[in-house]
Amino acid sequence: MTSTDTTPQSLQFECDTGNYHTFCPISCVAWLYQKIEDSFFLVIGTKTCGYFLQNAMGVMIFAEPRYAMAELEEGDISAQLNDYEELKRLCTQIKRDRNPSVIVWIGTCTTEIIKMDLEGLAPKLESEIGIPIVVARANGLDYAFTQGEDTVLAAMAARCPDKAPVAEAEKEERNAISKLLNFGRKKEEVAIEESEYVNHPPLVLFGSLPDPVVTQLTLELKKQGIKVSGWLPAKRYTELPVLEEGYYVAGVNPFLSRTATTLMRRRKCKLIGAPFPIGPDGTRAWIEKICSVFGIEPKGLDEREAQIWENLEDYVKLIRGKSVYFMGDNLLEISIARFLIRCGMTVPEIGIPYMDKRYQAAELALLEKTCHEMNVPLPKIIEKPDNYNQLQRIKAHQPDLVITGMAHANPLEARGINTKWSVEFTFAQIHGFTNARDILELVTRPLRRNNNLKDLGWDKLVRDEAKV
Amino acid sequence: MKLAYWMYAGPAHIGTLRIASSFKNVHAIMHAPLGDDYFNVMRSMLERERDFTPVTTSVVDRHVLARGSQEKVVDNITRKDAEEHPDLIVLTPTCTSSILQEDLHNFVQRAQIESQGDVLLADVNHYRYNELQAADRTLHQIVQFYLEKARKKGQLPEGKTEKPSVNIIGLSTLGFHNNHDRTELKRLMNDLGIEVNEIIPDGASVHNLKNLPRAWFNLVPYRELGMATAQYLEQEFGMPYIDITPMGVVETARCIRKIQQVINAQGANVDYNVDYEEFINEQTLHVSQAAWFSRSIDCQNLTGKKAVVFGDNTHAAAITKILAREMGIHVVWAGTYCKYDADWFRDQVSEYCDEVIITEDHGAIGDAIARVEPSAIFGTQMERHVGKRLNIPCGVIAAPIHIQNFPIGYKPFVGYEGTNQIVDLIYNSFTLGMEDHLLEIFGGHDTKEVITKGISADSEMNWSKDGLAELNKIPGFVRGKVKRNTEKFARDRNISEITAEVLYAAKEAVGA
Repeated sequence: MTSTDTTPQSLQFECDTGNYHTFCPISCVAWLYQKIEDSFFLVIGTKTCGYFLQNAMGVMIFAEPRYAMAELEEGDISAQLNDYEELKRLCTQIKRDRNPSVIVWIGTCTTEIIKMDLEGLAPKLESEIGIPIVVARANGLDYAFTQGEDTVLAAMAARCPDKAPVAEAEKEERNAISKLLNFGRKKEEVAIEESEYVNHPPLVLFGSLPDPVVTQLTLELKKQGIKVSGWLPAKRYTELPVLEEGYYVAGVNPFLSRTATTLMRRRKCKLIGAPFPIGPDGTRAWIEKICSVFGIEPKGLDEREAQIWENLEDYVKLIRGKSVYFMGDNLLEISIARFLIRCGMTVPEIGIPYMDKRYQAAELALLEKTCHEMNVPLPKIIEKPDNYNQLQRIKAHQPDLVITGMAHANPLEARGINTKWSVEFTFAQIHGFTNARDILELVTRPLRRNNNLKDLGWDKLVRDEAKV
Repeated sequence: MKLAYWMYAGPAHIGTLRIASSFKNVHAIMHAPLGDDYFNVMRSMLERERDFTPVTTSVVDRHVLARGSQEKVVDNITRKDAEEHPDLIVLTPTCTSSILQEDLHNFVQRAQIESQGDVLLADVNHYRYNELQAADRTLHQIVQFYLEKARKKGQLPEGKTEKPSVNIIGLSTLGFHNNHDRTELKRLMNDLGIEVNEIIPDGASVHNLKNLPRAWFNLVPYRELGMATAQYLEQEFGMPYIDITPMGVVETARCIRKIQQVINAQGANVDYNVDYEEFINEQTLHVSQAAWFSRSIDCQNLTGKKAVVFGDNTHAAAITKILAREMGIHVVWAGTYCKYDADWFRDQVSEYCDEVIITEDHGAIGDAIARVEPSAIFGTQMERHVGKRLNIPCGVIAAPIHIQNFPIGYKPFVGYEGTNQIVDLIYNSFTLGMEDHLLEIFGGHDTKEVITKGISADSEMNWSKDGLAELNKIPGFVRGKVKRNTEKFARDRNISEITAEVLYAAKEAVGA
């Protein structure tokens, strides 16, 4: 993709000490229990895990969440208590109180260290209590933040049905999206609708997104005549998509490499490696790549992308020529940096917890291409960053904006450096053409705030002797 | 195993980190996996802290599991020592290190050889202690370490201060209204003519700890934090301590009288004699409004109203006494989550309430609230949410707390200004309940809706089922705006039916 490039420059990758702040991957239960409506997430861990969820997830805890801690006590650690009996007691209680369609066990650091055999216990207990039990080891020993979702979806991928139901009517029943689109229409109309699609092998998308975004991206592909046969995860566990050998799959988020691997190796699906549909440029590249795999000539994308950029101009104006520094904590960094470079920003450095160069290959290529086209230097990509070293570099560079975790945001603001809290990108709707504005809404907020406060003369609010 | 949705007190390491981050120039290094450093997030968000929280992690990852931490912990300690030159580095174990059973003590000893500053291992076991107990232990540990060090070097200052003086022990970061209590306690001591010798741990330097014995006595305002230190100082240096929380008019007076007694007992040698009775009288009758409030008609109307109280020992006990003794409110039950110190609580409140509840189970508390249907609840953020569900007002009196419980305005709970703040908190909780009740009886007075038609009410636009389904997914508070903007968009383009696609096209066009 960069063969036309005449400058010898290419992306540089570095790896630092891994002393950085991020959320524990068990945080994925907070959005996944909301996404998968008939699930119950049981985090098997300690008070430390529970306190994190309670504090990090803020008020969500009070909405009678469908998740709980199986809090390990000293007797569990020293194996005075029997793991199987204990889990059975808890899961029976959950079944009685909530009657979920699936219980997801989240393994934690503690279950890893004491080597609790969750994968072994689950099938036995599953057959005894009659509820599917999915095991995901989303622990802080191995993963960062959003990678938690990856471990859950990789485990879910094994549960997707491998044969499409025979009856057509039943299939429609199973499929939430087609049901939504065909809502209230007669069979003939549905048949006409089917003809709007090009004949292509089934495509299943993976990655948990809010339902409105699922609808938007599905409609976007429909415009190209591409039918989305299913989505991992679906709204309900009982609606997990069919995955037959030879189906095509495409990821919507950059942190889903394990899921992608599982889909390819275990389910024999074909992965469409594309940039991610974040920003109008990313969305367009994502659609184009899917079209090209199916041999479809994309229609109207030029105008569509141009139209979106036109509508973004008031925000793009605010950030053009400014620099943004990513400290790195959620693996969305490459895609967002690529979009912001297209908006005219410069990016000295992208911190990222983990870099899967194969899964993100197309995204990295687009990043490189974007830098060349915008004529800006390529960012340095720092895997497993070291926050202390980063703060020294931030101090030296004085970037216009730092995208960072909450641990550093207020202290940086007090030192006159604009910050945007990175976690908001995980929870905001940022995918597709429609939501490009929402990304810029987030990115420009500190700059718009500055415009309001600029004449007050109080940028630096720490005393000179303050450290760092 | 225990099925748990919510916990009142955090894990042990949070207590240790609260102590370490309270001191000036003390750095804590957690021996923990990635993601356990959310203490920094809490500190930075809740306290709106301007400085970086002095807590880092020596990350436990797969390699550590396989081969042990080896040089990693030592390197991280010596690195931090070189980077920031803290006076003290506290190596903080977590639940993970509790099970790994690495010899952290050995790491500390090795790191100490190369470090300029001091290095300590916090002596807290995750499975034995909670946040509050760990904080109490860590403070004691640090104080003991520096006093013994000073004694060994012969640097312990001799004798007492000339004028009566006090150490205030137990103010810390992330403590409920601790920063405001600090100001109020200093002011109170100043009014009493008492010098504040040291306040620990909040804002203190470890170099000053050796001066602690110079104070005439120690004041421990909170039951949960500081008792171990005060008891240690009593044993080692014969320093008397006062553990009466000056919260509420009666208890504040009791605390001051005890101070008087302690000072006069020591003052005999230096001809020092204080009489605070007049001060108490003046403050109670004319400075604090709480005594007058008890007498006023407002408070009369609260007589016999039912309330329940739940929180940590200090606040739940103090508020129970204020409600029952100073306002004539009927406390149906009072409870604490400090199970490990339940006897003290029972002893404090049993004569002021019908029933005492000791539990860490928020479900049991929710049920107990529903059972008695009080007019107001005084509890933690959790009880506030129970109140919301049951439509009962709640005043928040104890941690766990959210960001709104770290007010910027001056809101102490202790001392005479504290009594004023508590009156407002209690009175506002009850009147809101009363208003609510009246509104319900009279069917509400807000009748605007039926008289004037909303702008979107008479729209002729035709919404398709999928369009409507998408619209309904939009959060309620912006749905009206999105609907209006979408309809305007459709009207301008002569679109007759609004589908999901139209809805999103409108969003793209106008940011609806």
